[in-house]
Amino acid sequence: MDNEENMNYVYLVPLFPLIGFLINGLLALRQKTSFDQKGPARSLVSWIGCASVGLSFLTSIAIFFELLALPAGERVVQKIVFPWILSGEFQIDIGFLLDPLSSIMILVVTGVGFFIHVYSTGYMAGDKGYARYFSYMNLFTFFMLMLVLSNNFLLLYLGWEGVGLCSYLLIGFWYEKKSASDAGKKAFIVNRVGDFGFALGVMLIFWSFGSLNFSQVFENAPHVLALGGGLVTVMTLLLFMGAIGKSAQIPLYVWLPDAMEGPTPVSALIHAATMVTAGVYMVARCHTLFLLAPVTMGVVAVIGAATAIYAASIGLVQNDIKRVLAYSTISQLGYMFLACGVGAFTAGIFHLMTHAFFKALLFLSAGSVMHALAGELNMQKMGGLKKYVPITFWCFLAGTLAISGIPLFSGFFSKDEILWKAFSSPHGHLLLWVVGAITAGLTAFYMFRLFFMIFLGKSRMDPKVEARVHESPKPMTIPLMVLAVLAVIGGYVGIPHSLGGSNRIEGFLSSVFEQGHSAGGEAVHHAPSVEYLLMIISIGVVLVAIFIAYRFYVKNLKIPRMLAEKYKFPYRVLFNKYYVDELYAKVLVNPLLNLALFLWKQFDVLVIDGAANGIASIVKGFGLVIRRTQTGYLRNYALSLVFGAMLILTYYILR
Amino acid sequence: MVSSSAYMILSATIFAIGVLGVLVRRNVLVMFMSIELMLNGVNLALVALSRQLGSLDGQVLVFLVMTVAAAEAAVGLAIIICLFRNKKSVNVDDFNLMKW
Repeated sequence: MDNEENMNYVYLVPLFPLIGFLINGLLALRQKTSFDQKGPARSLVSWIGCASVGLSFLTSIAIFFELLALPAGERVVQKIVFPWILSGEFQIDIGFLLDPLSSIMILVVTGVGFFIHVYSTGYMAGDKGYARYFSYMNLFTFFMLMLVLSNNFLLLYLGWEGVGLCSYLLIGFWYEKKSASDAGKKAFIVNRVGDFGFALGVMLIFWSFGSLNFSQVFENAPHVLALGGGLVTVMTLLLFMGAIGKSAQIPLYVWLPDAMEGPTPVSALIHAATMVTAGVYMVARCHTLFLLAPVTMGVVAVIGAATAIYAASIGLVQNDIKRVLAYSTISQLGYMFLACGVGAFTAGIFHLMTHAFFKALLFLSAGSVMHALAGELNMQKMGGLKKYVPITFWCFLAGTLAISGIPLFSGFFSKDEILWKAFSSPHGHLLLWVVGAITAGLTAFYMFRLFFMIFLGKSRMDPKVEARVHESPKPMTIPLMVLAVLAVIGGYVGIPHSLGGSNRIEGFLSSVFEQGHSAGGEAVHHAPSVEYLLMIISIGVVLVAIFIAYRFYVKNLKIPRMLAEKYKFPYRVLFNKYYVDELYAKVLVNPLLNLALFLWKQFDVLVIDGAANGIASIVKGFGLVIRRTQTGYLRNYALSLVFGAMLILTYYILR
Repeated sequence: MVSSSAYMILSATIFAIGVLGVLVRRNVLVMFMSIELMLNGVNLALVALSRQLGSLDGQVLVFLVMTVAAAEAAVGLAIIICLFRNKKSVNVDDFNLMKW
């Protein structure tokens, strides 16, 4: 809350991508014909696109170190750039809030984003809409940074809507393909449903607090809102509804698998590392409010856990590599919400960070595989790729190990923290832990299934495709390697105390979430042996799952096929994603479509057009009658003149 | 002296004849002559009343009316000539194109 002289440059963080968007956008508008492969305009676009995010990243690093230099209790800095809305007593500024939470978020967004931009220069080379792509990506980065840096709800909502817009634009990037444009529409509309709840929540906050500024709301929250009261429960449930839409939880997750129609780097950036994590960030930011509503916390945890296991079950049998990763994202987001729901906000953010690393890595590696195989997505047509694309192989392996929660990789520390807190926190429950552990096993199984079917075993590739398999170019492999390193070492900032580490990230974030520890009550002190036991059980489940996947997909592919035959019904249900899309179509989409058609064909055409046309016909009818006075016959006119004169005279004489 | 009402009656008669002429006759030139008749009838009324009321306003107005009548006759006859050149007729019933 103090106006430090340092960190005055925080506005640069979102400004660089905004400038990148404007320049690239103008370049995109200028080009009427496609870019040639190595023309100067193309490299200009690449440089501006990547440099803008890169400069943001460097600025974020500087901010991070300045923040570290401050004493632990005072790591909160607000910077107001200018007042945006001044309406009587209602004031909203373009203001930025810098604290450990937002600094971690901007580091993740700009860092991972930078590498994804670099990767895109390789992946999207040769695409007609190259400049348009980079302008959209920069715009997305701008909005995401506004979202995580804002110091008030309205600016957060601006970023929220903006990333939804960019998601629509980027998913439907190849808009000439109907499935892509449909997917873009679906994403935007489903998001809108969530945003509706979010907007209501924000309005409720304004109504209760009279202000939308974070510091004012969160400081006054315990005084204005009763613990466990109806008002705060409704408020937080509405806010969570927005998170459900944006972060693809049950029931609003259906847009994320379809969103894989977009280019793979888009999937990596938006639907793995950043946009879908906006919901988690929002819940963490509003933790003060959520902690005042235990009912909502329970809802968050249950939905998170349910989504985690549900999405993992669907991912078990999908054959499209990007779909598997999409369901994996939904599942991991479920973990993050599970963490927030049991009060372990630090663990949730930690998992957000590690997930950004390994999920972006996995998506980019999948893109590399697709690049090698000329766009093949079906893992049934892959296999034995290891010898052809070694760099991609090792990077993908790193990501798979990380997401499965193998010890020493980043995912292990963050996932383990969540599972432990799900069990031990006062809001937690054994059942949540069980669901989380089972999901960890399922995650390991389907991720290794994916890995084995792509890289190991006998080749099932189309011979023509196999002849042209090649490793990806440097702009694609270097980001892969960087992210692989991060996926491995990224967890070391959060080694828990029980394993002898200092859990630096928890300490760093504790100043943000200190309320979490006090309002949530002290965690029941379990003996460390319980923690070790749970850790060992979850590792055991994961190892068993990997072993089974190995037997199924490397040793003997006939086993899973036999199982699919034997258990036809469960297989079909899972393969068809529990028929949820069809259910939504039947219950929600088609009735709405029919209503819209009815309103169009019947109401709009008959009633409204009828009224407008009817008035015109009446006037026309009058005209038909009255025009007969115009005979063109001069003497008629003369006669009417005389009549008129006589009438006037008569009037004056008689008066 | 003749009473002023005789002048008024005469003026009204001349005016009425002029009106009837405009309404009834088919020849455009005769219609114009009737219009002149109407104007002259009015002139007569103006002069008679000016004499009766002892004011010169009426006679000044007569000057005005005569000037206007002359100008109007000139313009009107020019129009008639144009019409004749187009239609080769001076029958007013033939100029009936501006109808529904």
